[in-house]
Amino acid sequence: MISASAFFFYLFSAILLASAAAVVTSRNPVHAVLFLILAFFNAAGLFLLAGAEFLAMILLIVYVGAVAVLFLFVVMMLDVDFVQLREGVQKYAPVGAAVGAVLFGELWAVVLGWQVSPGADSLQGSPTPANMDNTHALGQVLYTDYVYLFQVSSLILLVAMIGAIVLTHRRREGTRRQNITMQQTRSVRDTLETLQVRMGAGVQELGILRPRPRAEPAEEEPRHEHAAGDH
Amino acid sequence: MQDGALPVSLGSYLAVAAVLLVIGVFGIFLNRKNIIIILMSIELILLAVNINLVAFSAALNDMAGQVLAMFVLTVAAAEAAIGLAIVVVYSRNRGSIEVEDVNLMKG
Repeated sequence: MISASAFFFYLFSAILLASAAAVVTSRNPVHAVLFLILAFFNAAGLFLLAGAEFLAMILLIVYVGAVAVLFLFVVMMLDVDFVQLREGVQKYAPVGAAVGAVLFGELWAVVLGWQVSPGADSLQGSPTPANMDNTHALGQVLYTDYVYLFQVSSLILLVAMIGAIVLTHRRREGTRRQNITMQQTRSVRDTLETLQVRMGAGVQELGILRPRPRAEPAEEEPRHEHAAGDH
Repeated sequence: MQDGALPVSLGSYLAVAAVLLVIGVFGIFLNRKNIIIILMSIELILLAVNINLVAFSAALNDMAGQVLAMFVLTVAAAEAAIGLAIVVVYSRNRGSIEVEDVNLMKG
């Protein structure tokens, strides 16, 4: 009789591997993303069994909440003929299977043959403290020993954010945008004019209605003044 | 073998991670044309790496493995964001995301 945690280990790994296989073989990319989410959930279960609770939650929040939804978003947004992209799968399958088999054989040799060297215990970088929950222990090393790496990873995220925005940002035709240079360089003379207003004259009559009505061509006026100055 | 806090032997975790990595590599070959599935396969490979790191961290009672797994997660998230942004821009410009059509630079 296996223990409950061992049972859950085999359950989670079986579903993880099955859904990973479904990710790479499914015809519909939306299904592939959904299987990817299932794989992440089961990997989070494996993390939990190994005692890495914080990483399990991070995996769910960051991967399922952000990355997988991003994938789903892109798959649904792109208007791509996915059936056509499946062409040639039969052609590539043998090569992929061969490479996979070789890689698996090598990895299997490593898995069967490795052992911890005798002095490894004394080389622990940051030993897991006893009687402390996982998040606390992780925070204690993350913000002290690994604080520079932590900040570098935040820079990586910043660069990724800027890169994604710069790559996908586009100017659309026909939208009104803020023109900061024009805003800064316009002077009072361009905007304000002092008028002598006759008693009882209406706004229409004086032509000071703002914004100007469409029928009246606004650009024509300075040209008239220019012509008058030439004379 | 000292297996620390793991419910099963460390070798079982390593075997699962190895199979997951092989599935990811196989997926890259299988979906040569569909870059979105290729990106998902890369996510699977990085997940296998993370499982290895967490398993060793638990087995050897060393928090460094989990810290490293967190950084791998960060980089994987950044990679997915940039990769998908490139896919979106490419499909907007060319109307297709076939990997074999990506030959503008004649590389």
